[in-house]
Amino acid sequence: MSQYRILLISLVAAIVTGCASNSIPDPDAGDGGMDSSNAGDTSGYDGSSGMGGEEMESDLDAELGMIIYFDFDQSDLRPEYGDLLARHAGKLSNNSRTKVRLEGHADERGSREYNIGLGERRAQAVRRMLLIQGGSSNQISTVSFGEERPAAMGSDEDSWAQNRRVEIKYVN
Amino acid sequence: MQETLKRWSLACLLLLCVSHSYAELQIEITQGAGRRAPVAVVPFGWEGGSPDAPFDVAGLIGADLSRSGRFAPIPSDDMLQVPTTGVEVDFDDWSILGVEAVVVGRVTQTGDNAYSVQFQLFDVFKREQLVGYRMPASRATMRRVAHRAADMIFEELTGIQGVFATQIAYVTAQQNGRNRLYTLVVSDSDGENENTIMESTDPIMSPAWSPDSRRLAYVSFEGDRSTVFVQTLRTGNRIKVSDRIGINGAPAFSPDGRKLVLTLGGADGNLDIFVMDIATKAIDRLTTNRSIDTEGTWSPDGEMIFFTSDRSGGPQVYKVSTSGGTPERITFEGSYNARPRLSPDGSKLALVHLDRGNYRIGVLDLENDNFLILSVGSQDESPSFAPNSDTLIYATRAGRNGVLETVSADGLIRQRMGSGGADVREPVWSPFPRL
Repeated sequence: MSQYRILLISLVAAIVTGCASNSIPDPDAGDGGMDSSNAGDTSGYDGSSGMGGEEMESDLDAELGMIIYFDFDQSDLRPEYGDLLARHAGKLSNNSRTKVRLEGHADERGSREYNIGLGERRAQAVRRMLLIQGGSSNQISTVSFGEERPAAMGSDEDSWAQNRRVEIKYVN
Repeated sequence: MQETLKRWSLACLLLLCVSHSYAELQIEITQGAGRRAPVAVVPFGWEGGSPDAPFDVAGLIGADLSRSGRFAPIPSDDMLQVPTTGVEVDFDDWSILGVEAVVVGRVTQTGDNAYSVQFQLFDVFKREQLVGYRMPASRATMRRVAHRAADMIFEELTGIQGVFATQIAYVTAQQNGRNRLYTLVVSDSDGENENTIMESTDPIMSPAWSPDSRRLAYVSFEGDRSTVFVQTLRTGNRIKVSDRIGINGAPAFSPDGRKLVLTLGGADGNLDIFVMDIATKAIDRLTTNRSIDTEGTWSPDGEMIFFTSDRSGGPQVYKVSTSGGTPERITFEGSYNARPRLSPDGSKLALVHLDRGNYRIGVLDLENDNFLILSVGSQDESPSFAPNSDTLIYATRAGRNGVLETVSADGLIRQRMGSGGADVREPVWSPFPRL
């Protein structure tokens, strides 16, 4: 009798959990989980702290924001990203072998291929700013995923705002 | 006894798991705003080696006619007689039931895997045959033969060419543990008979049928970049048509099947419309504007390309001659009109239209400029005409999942195709099969 009970419980458990459609969030949400507002916050490390130069550099790396967000239907860069982009451009101009890939995204609203265009437009806006601030064009590539790789899966203003983004990825 | 119980429970467990592992389209709801004509599709006769026919042809014909939203087949239990040929039909028995048309037929085995399927359609009021046909079939082709019979019956009764024997292609996205799995699928237009054409852990977009139904073009993000492929369905072989630096997207075949209109972005990300000769790979550029120009599609006469452009500030539909020139704007209603698709008869343009905050499918009549909003969701997209220009399929949302819906071009008959839990998007309707 107890064997039967175990099987019954397993069956119910399987129905409830194992075979139900998965709601694990998209792992493609991006490595740069930090949002850009951390870029200005270096957690107490600064030039006068007395730490060795090399250590400072790597800690700055850890704090450098990797995602730029955009307003609805916009590819204009918000002024608050100026400093962040200057830092990324600095890394490029410091080492000619450093390369980045800018991945542009859009929220889900509207037509898919047009959204590929919006994502690309945003990636290009970031690219132009990096070029102006010291990067060279052979260091920067762009790709657009449109609405195909959302960071947030909901259909609300909050999710949409998280999806309108460019992710900066160092590729070597 | 306990051993048997154990085995059955285990079997049920496995079955439950398996049934959720892939998308299955099923017709869920049919909404019609009009009269459904009562008809009778009498169970077909069967002559052959096995006790039952290998396929329920009458059942499929009845399901097709019902799904069209224009007919109401009566249950076989209500039938007063079950004729299988014309001479057996007693029109009084059908008049009494109020039935307007009767279909009778037979399946006969003629060889090991060879059958003959015959049907006859009768007008009850006029007491005469409208159409009769006999078609050969194998077990594998009998479903398709039944759809063709339904098409002939439908056309005879409505004057509209039937699309039951056509196919659709679509993309599914499913969460698979920590990964997402995308598939490109071809199925019959009723959602049955699914075949996975391509599978990837990277997004697939923008499937497009060749005019001979033998190939599909699509965009793949394998390798984290966009590439346009053309794949031959029968063999599974594919050729890489465009993998230039930057965006490669939005492919669509020309009416003669020899060219593709494409969107290319290049290194500076300026999306424009190009036409490529598939055999030679030579490309012609059709737009040069700094705006986003994408989502090109051909007119049925091959003379014009319609596309989306935001050169006037927001996305609108434009057309340009395939030999080049200044694009002409087509849409003037509202702030967002995108993703144009022409009906095969050239008379109508379907598009995605922003209607008071909702993205919906609109149809512009190119002859009289009437504009009709056909769908009722908030994230509707990817409209595609059936080859009879009478019905459209498009993607919409049901809760968290993408689902497909069909709607008649007048907006009166709507049907949802459920997807068994997967996220289904980007449907495209095949052309009529070339015989």
